[in-house]
Amino acid sequence: MKKRYFLLALYFLLLFAPIYWMLITSLKTDSEILAEFTLFPKQITFEHYREIFGSPEWRGSFANSLIYVTLNVLITLAVAIPAAYAFSRWSFRGSHHLFFWLLTNRMAPAAVFMVPFTELYYAMHLFDTHLAVALAHCLFSIPLAIWILEGFMSGIPREIDETAYIDGYSFPRFFVKIFFPLIAPGVGVSAFFCFTFSWVELILAKALTVTEAKPIVVTLTAGIGAEGVKWGLLSAAGVLTMIPGALVVYFVRNSMAKGFSLGRI
Amino acid sequence: MRQHPWLFLFPALLIMSISAFVPMMTVVNYSLHNIFAGSSPEFVGLENYAAVLSDADFRGALVRQLFFTVTILLIEIPLGVLLAHAIPHRGSGMALSLVLLGIPLLIPFNVVGIVWRLFAQSDIGVIPSLAALAGYDYNVSLHAVDAWLTLVALDVWHWTPLAALLAFSGLQAIPPAYYQAAAIDGASTWSTFRHVTLPRLRPVLTIGVLLRFMDSFTIYSEPLTLTGGGPGNTTTFLSFLIARKASSYELGYAGAASIIYLYIVIVLSYVFFQLLSGKQGATAR
Repeated sequence: MKKRYFLLALYFLLLFAPIYWMLITSLKTDSEILAEFTLFPKQITFEHYREIFGSPEWRGSFANSLIYVTLNVLITLAVAIPAAYAFSRWSFRGSHHLFFWLLTNRMAPAAVFMVPFTELYYAMHLFDTHLAVALAHCLFSIPLAIWILEGFMSGIPREIDETAYIDGYSFPRFFVKIFFPLIAPGVGVSAFFCFTFSWVELILAKALTVTEAKPIVVTLTAGIGAEGVKWGLLSAAGVLTMIPGALVVYFVRNSMAKGFSLGRI
Repeated sequence: MRQHPWLFLFPALLIMSISAFVPMMTVVNYSLHNIFAGSSPEFVGLENYAAVLSDADFRGALVRQLFFTVTILLIEIPLGVLLAHAIPHRGSGMALSLVLLGIPLLIPFNVVGIVWRLFAQSDIGVIPSLAALAGYDYNVSLHAVDAWLTLVALDVWHWTPLAALLAFSGLQAIPPAYYQAAAIDGASTWSTFRHVTLPRLRPVLTIGVLLRFMDSFTIYSEPLTLTGGGPGNTTTFLSFLIARKASSYELGYAGAASIIYLYIVIVLSYVFFQLLSGKQGATAR
């Protein structure tokens, strides 16, 4: 018994060592970062954070990311909930093939879509807008959300639908009043996955934006590879990008385990 | 109302056809043409496919990709199962463990790259300093072995929590009576695991292997930020190669490589799925 907690503690120690290193690097002065190896900053400084919050470019790209991520989650849920309902309640001609086709899009490497997306959104006058990135991410988030939601919905007996109709509920009223509260955890988990994916995705977000909708992940990589990388600044920005994720984890902690098994437990 | 599944599917299919079907057809179209900037594309049939398949760069990237994916699957899945056994089954210890495990999964991919670059960078990192103590010259941008080990460590660090969370939710669903029965029969720890736990974990592990296969096979941001594909092209994986070709407007090549790549992913996913889920799982559901 003791041995397994020791293992777990050791694992978490290793898990958080790199994160700890980034955190303390963000609090060190530039000269300390380069000059010596210290496990705790000799002099704690918030200059890197001040620089980020004082820069319109950093602030702007942080906001851009939050905007397109939110848009993506809203669009995905709006179309995935009815679609998952259809898959869970009816077995119709071609439903299995359609489901598999949707999943194959989840498998597609983003690099495959880089150029066609750029051309498509140019043609639609959407290039370099938040909507373009949100729609591009739908390619991956919709199949995943349908997959998760379908799992949750199939766990709810059909008798519930039928009883509601017998009781005289109209379909929209049944859906909002009875069905939705039952699948709410599934909706939360799907939102979590869409959020995660859209927040961490780099390749499409980078290809589809120049300035107007430039995401934080792109602003971050811009400094890499050049001479004299500003490690302190980069670490501080890295720490900031982890905050939304940590908040999301906290809010969905109860349904997370279930969600990671895609509603199939 | 109750007879119209297509009505419910319409919005999702509309968006998916714009974001998936149209671009996919564009890629197919590229792959069949020879495209130069400024002149009109020339139809070349399957020439691009032949060029890709005989290209040493593509083959090299494919072999590296397969090797990388197999390596991380062999580490992450067993390690995840092991960790899942160590997580407390209830109470605040469980909640805390789950939240801690969830955090790495929500760090943007390129920030994961940055975290590890800070950790492994030769002038400022922790690993080189520790390696130097042991008399080893660790340098990600010079030694291919170091770059590989670091990328594998990065992926294991980033994604083992997913395997652990999945395995844990699978373990939670096993009725205690199964273990009691095994104990009465005097089964050893190993045979209990082999004959009671493992078969019951199969559905979640299938999902875990599939997700990790798809995502590790399409890895892009991490090598980009950590190694830039080097040293040489020892960490240049398929997505990386295609993105580079596409950015230099070799669209015919990139298109053909993309289609081949996508089919490899789909076919292998299907094979994994069939192997792991056994006979009852004939469809994706």
